[in-house]
Amino acid sequence: MSESASANAPKPSSSVKLVLLGEAAVGKSSLVLRFVNNDFQENKEPTIGAAFLTQKCSLPTRTIKFEIWDTAGQERFASLAPMYYRNAQAALVVYDVTKPSSLTKAKHWVAELQRQASPGIVIALVGNKLDLTNDGGDVSEAAGAAQSESESAQDGDEGAGEEDEVQDAVSGDARKVSTREATSYAEEEGLLFFETSAKTGTNVVDVFTAIANAIPESSLKTGRGTGAGTGQTSLGNRSAEDSRVNLGDRHAATAKEGCAC
Amino acid sequence: MSAAGMSTQQDPKTDGQQPVETSKQPYLSRPSIPDNDERSDSSEGERPPLPPRPNTLSLLNDETGSRAALQAEATTAISRTDIETQSPEATDSAYSTLAIRGLGQGPKARASLSQLASPRGSEAGDSASIRSSIPNDSGDVEALFMDFAAIAPGSQRQGATGLLDFPEFAADDINDDGILSEFEAIGELNEEGDNEDLLLQRWKAKRKHYVILSAAGKPIWTRHGDSGLISGYVGVIQTIISFYEDSNDHLRGFSAGDTRFVVLTRGSLHLVAISRMMESDNQLRLQLEALYTQILSTLTLPSLTHLFSVRPSTDLSRPLQGSETLLSSLADSFTRGSPSTLLSALECLKIRKQHRQAINNALLKTKASSLLYGLLVAGGRLVSVVRPKKHSLHPGDLQLLFNMVFEADGVKAGGGESWIPVCLPGFNSSGYLYMYVSFLDIRDDTANSAEITKDESVAIVLISPDKEAFFEMQGMRDALVEQMERNGSLKEIKTAIDNGRPATTDIVPGTVLHHFLYKSRANVQFTMSSYAPEFSSVTRRRRLMSMYNNLHASIHAKNTHVKIHHCVSRSATSFGWVTPVFELYCIAEPNTNRNALAQSASKIAQWVQREEERLFIIGGAVF
Repeated sequence: MSESASANAPKPSSSVKLVLLGEAAVGKSSLVLRFVNNDFQENKEPTIGAAFLTQKCSLPTRTIKFEIWDTAGQERFASLAPMYYRNAQAALVVYDVTKPSSLTKAKHWVAELQRQASPGIVIALVGNKLDLTNDGGDVSEAAGAAQSESESAQDGDEGAGEEDEVQDAVSGDARKVSTREATSYAEEEGLLFFETSAKTGTNVVDVFTAIANAIPESSLKTGRGTGAGTGQTSLGNRSAEDSRVNLGDRHAATAKEGCAC
Repeated sequence: MSAAGMSTQQDPKTDGQQPVETSKQPYLSRPSIPDNDERSDSSEGERPPLPPRPNTLSLLNDETGSRAALQAEATTAISRTDIETQSPEATDSAYSTLAIRGLGQGPKARASLSQLASPRGSEAGDSASIRSSIPNDSGDVEALFMDFAAIAPGSQRQGATGLLDFPEFAADDINDDGILSEFEAIGELNEEGDNEDLLLQRWKAKRKHYVILSAAGKPIWTRHGDSGLISGYVGVIQTIISFYEDSNDHLRGFSAGDTRFVVLTRGSLHLVAISRMMESDNQLRLQLEALYTQILSTLTLPSLTHLFSVRPSTDLSRPLQGSETLLSSLADSFTRGSPSTLLSALECLKIRKQHRQAINNALLKTKASSLLYGLLVAGGRLVSVVRPKKHSLHPGDLQLLFNMVFEADGVKAGGGESWIPVCLPGFNSSGYLYMYVSFLDIRDDTANSAEITKDESVAIVLISPDKEAFFEMQGMRDALVEQMERNGSLKEIKTAIDNGRPATTDIVPGTVLHHFLYKSRANVQFTMSSYAPEFSSVTRRRRLMSMYNNLHASIHAKNTHVKIHHCVSRSATSFGWVTPVFELYCIAEPNTNRNALAQSASKIAQWVQREEERLFIIGGAVF
């Protein structure tokens, strides 16, 4: 399907409930703000409770309307998390590449999601604050996808490993979590994996596009082919789908088509 | 500075312990009620020491019970009928009975009423001044101020300059940069730790500090610096406090030079305010109380108690993580000067009665079934409220909500809708409610949405006890917005916001007054004139608030029962007037003629009375 065709023809649209989880101050709200408003605020104050935002993401064949729950990372809000990830079709588990403890927390969240959330949930592991590392703005390669079968992912690993060694030699790099460590974890658990910078915008839209592509069409209850205006009410789509996500499909679907938002 | 205060005679026998029933007795309509012997004796002979001032202000002094010490009584609890009992041809009794009925609803307010309404020798003079509190003719006002004109020292000083051209108090002798730097971060220790001296120097330069520590001496929160930097000072504070605790003599406050330290102990927490800004102990204590309720609001009382009962050395800063900004923005609003905190009252958006009614109806019509409270707030000013009949809203709780929604950026900057677990200590300190917050864009051009100022932002706040009710609240919000769009309410709100607060000269043409605060005691709400143009800058506003702080403290000082306080100084004339119905504070130029001042003040009072249903929310939408 060509781009012009997809832009002109009305596409089916569907809603996807997405939840952001992760330790406090890793940049969850900043990622959302970048994705929704293409904006960034230094020293953003902590989220209190949870914020609900929506943003459309246009794919070649359909439009995804993300209903995003941006949760507060503080411990005392943890007991409320099930309310937000229940029936969610996608989750962004965020850690801070300069803070190893935040990856540990992220692993806890992933485990909890795998145990408690809908079976078909698409989970993306996101290492944020890439701008604080030496591979700051220009590295999109480091953020390879963690596909178990993908050769390119392995290349990415090696590349990241080399980079790590280089980084160690260079002072001023705040990175404390190597790309390799996170990638291999994401691979084991079958997660999408990205390293992002909400500050510079690196990879942010890519994360959401990748998620949108990874959501199996079967789990989207859209009136396909009936044209525009078929967007379901959010309530209609919030029911969980049991279908398993085939992450292998993602690579093909992502292609070079960005998110048109 | 020369000050002239006029306190009325008081009856030493009427104190805070007087029961409600007494105050409800219609003394004034039965003036023949026999004085009891003890009373007439005491008013003649030597007076016993006065009991602590027991009226609404007693909550300022209240050292017992954190619940009881919440900032004020329920705000919208007073039904309209109470207010409307007041007729233009008010006789001596009408006003007082109104006040008794209005204020008598709160345990705090009772006592003051019984005081004013108590039968005694001076009754005639006393009720006369009450009667004239909203004078119908100027003659009354003259009479009210006559004697005090005679005793006041000549105020026509030479060399007086414009209003607040220079600081009234040495503490306010700072420029805009000075006051702005008050809110700046002092920075962090660098890795080598060699900038500690510099940081401490900056820390000491702050005029106002708040420190919260646990009884075990762990620093919990401090407005400036971090616990590492000031741990030494926290240790000193802890030592001083516990020295007195050990001897069962609780430390409440002390001074060091021009710095005042006030300590408030709540459970396992010590809250300390350190101020060089000329605030009274009561005012500082009220601020600490608000910080404490913010902590309760974050954690709830049972979980706070539990944390410390399990482990007295608990580090509370962890569970409070993320709420520091709420504490800081609350603290900064105190430092900047907050009429709302000073008066323990709320401000409402001035809007026509019928428009408010239309909004109330829309709220009632769209009310979701699990809704507890619904609020429409424009830049910290309440527009309308919907609430269940049996629950009113507490100003202290609303202060916390408004601080969270409008002052702290955590909610607004998110850009979406928020769903926030919050404990409202005044409503129930033992559990959480869930608050839906959505900001409305009511401006015509949506282009520069980034430039909505705090005063312009309109928020819908819907509170439910059900944590799953987000989408229900969202549905109500959508329906409410649609309703208000259809009946033009949104436009009216926008107009009201654009109109802003009136200037004193809009109310009383040619008045000598430059600014006023008026608190309606029955409604626990206040209204004021516009800050602009004279008090727009932070410094001038801070000076203005210092004047009010001082005026308020003089009037409400313990053991004084002042009704009118006139204070003349080099830079301003301030005037306070307290009746059972209202408190009015105003500021005029130095050398202002006393009669002109009094006349203007009474005109303001009349204006407020006339506009009452526009200025205040009386009852609100009740279901």
